[in-house]
Amino acid sequence: MKRLLAFIRKEFLHIFRDPRTMIILFGMPVAQLLIFGFVISNEIRDAKIAILDKSNDQQSREIVHRLLSSGYFRIGAELETESSIEACFKANQANLVVVFEPDFGRKLERNHRASMQLIADASDPNMAEMLSNYVQGIVFEYVNDLNRTIESPTFIQASYRMIFNPALKGVYMFVPGTMALILMLISAMMTSITIAREKEMGTMEVLLVSPLNPFQILIGKLTPYFFLSLINASLILLMAYFVFGLPILGSSLLLVLVSMLFILMALSLGVLISTVAKNQEVAMFISMFALLLPTLLLSGFIFPIENMPKILQYLSILMPPKYFIIILKNLMIKGIGMSYIWKEVAILGLFLLVFMLISIRKFKIRLE
Amino acid sequence: MNAISIHNLHKSFASNRAVDQVSLNIDRGELFGLIGPDGAGKTSLMRLIASLLLPDSGSVHVFGFDTRRDYRSIRKQLGYMPGRFSLYPDLTVEENLHFWATVFGTTIDRHYHLIEQIYKPLEPFKKRKAGQLSGGMKQKLALSCALIHSPSLLLLDEPTTGVDAVSRMEFWDMLQGLKGKDMTLLVSTPYMDEADLCDRIALMQQGKILSAGNPHHLRTQFIGRLWEVKTPQIHPLKQRLNAHFGREVAHLFGQCLHWTSQADMSIDKVEQVLEQFHIPIDSLREIEPGIEDCFIQIARS
Repeated sequence: MKRLLAFIRKEFLHIFRDPRTMIILFGMPVAQLLIFGFVISNEIRDAKIAILDKSNDQQSREIVHRLLSSGYFRIGAELETESSIEACFKANQANLVVVFEPDFGRKLERNHRASMQLIADASDPNMAEMLSNYVQGIVFEYVNDLNRTIESPTFIQASYRMIFNPALKGVYMFVPGTMALILMLISAMMTSITIAREKEMGTMEVLLVSPLNPFQILIGKLTPYFFLSLINASLILLMAYFVFGLPILGSSLLLVLVSMLFILMALSLGVLISTVAKNQEVAMFISMFALLLPTLLLSGFIFPIENMPKILQYLSILMPPKYFIIILKNLMIKGIGMSYIWKEVAILGLFLLVFMLISIRKFKIRLE
Repeated sequence: MNAISIHNLHKSFASNRAVDQVSLNIDRGELFGLIGPDGAGKTSLMRLIASLLLPDSGSVHVFGFDTRRDYRSIRKQLGYMPGRFSLYPDLTVEENLHFWATVFGTTIDRHYHLIEQIYKPLEPFKKRKAGQLSGGMKQKLALSCALIHSPSLLLLDEPTTGVDAVSRMEFWDMLQGLKGKDMTLLVSTPYMDEADLCDRIALMQQGKILSAGNPHHLRTQFIGRLWEVKTPQIHPLKQRLNAHFGREVAHLFGQCLHWTSQADMSIDKVEQVLEQFHIPIDSLREIEPGIEDCFIQIARS
């Protein structure tokens, strides 16, 4: 036990004394989260909208005017009939269609209640979500202005409809996705590199000759990274909550436990990589290619898995981050509990077990 | 019982025979030198003894334990200093020593007497990072770390390579100081002049042990007379001599030429031979063969 503690202490010293490691550990997550966050939720400028104004009265024209003068939108097309909406999207003339019901202005004056419809092209779900939010904001402002002059409160019902991707998959996706990506990269890459470094420096030779057994060496290597990754996970969640306003609806405890499981899984994958990699470069290379790209492309982080070709869908079954993303989405955004995610948790556990077993089997007690 | 007994050992990497039919016994308490040029197979042999490599055939026993099966028992009694600097450069001198002591289940204090002589010069720098030490000091620290658990067998793989001449001598002094402390030392080195500092040596080349024994005894087995010739035209003279006898009889040794003649050749005859080349000779004298001369003679035959 004393041996193990000395080993863990040594690992912490390695980490804290290497500026590069510290930057990767703590700079990268923050930078990545901010970049992904802001790139995906960047400002809208001159988005194309189409107008289908069935009432064409003063009030509807006023709203259109306000939309256009806001600077966010420009007219991509003026539509006459409902049937032309889809064609308009397909021709890429607009990302959002604003539909005013017949007698919009009259209903507003008489009933203080009128409705309009926003139809968004949700193949880019973030864009769709944002455009409708902007429009609703402008409409809300208009209603406020009206209410200032009119006694009884006026209300405009702006219902919106997403087409092409009605469930809005991908919205809020970047936080769970980034978290999976960062934990995967940090945990797996850093452990594989640190083990490879011992081999490269020749200290592994002496460690092997020492009375430390492989299990102690591995635990000693993994413990610091486990805790640092956990801190990272908390950092990401806090940033997601405070900077991007992502809700955490489900149980926080469950969230932490699942994150631990995922981190352990990633760490054992790192050990597995290090048993193959002879030096730090190879370890880095394998981590990047085996982890970064698949996590980005195949886990459903950026591209919805449902839209992938069949063969890639099958491949994505083998991507542990996929399950973690599903769990995170369910826990954070949908706020549902263990009964809905036990399958994914079990799969992650299975990955962990398999990686651990292979790593321990493959860990070399000699130099060959 | 021998500290190390090696029986008919073979080890190849791809087509390269790193260790070829080696049999060797090393006694307890001996300071044994493994001497040979780079690529002779010294490091592989060290690693085979340290149970870091497995033999292709043959066997290695350390204190009676087989390196294949009982590697755990061996590793408990082993101190090993690989050829490369193998400490953590980002840890301080003290942290390195403390780490290795703890890993081997001991404390710095318990065996301090063993490393005192070696570690003393390092004490003022104990807060310095190991990576910032000079070559000689790194070796001292590495040796201290390998010694801290009082191993019964200490394997030192080329500890003096890349270290300046003064530090080399210091290092050997330290090794001499460790003798008699119930410790067996196996040291490999490419420097032939270090052979005389060992109790026994083995000369190694191309994976084979050419000869083994007491260094003084090995020198008495030198065949012929050895002449040291000084000349401004050292290379032409070497070529002429070798051509004259139709085989390699002369080799360079520093600024001189060493020429091995037959045992019955007198100095007059030697001068006679040299005269016919019409190459100016500065000096000529007979000398005692060193280990390098022995090595070259054995390697040629």
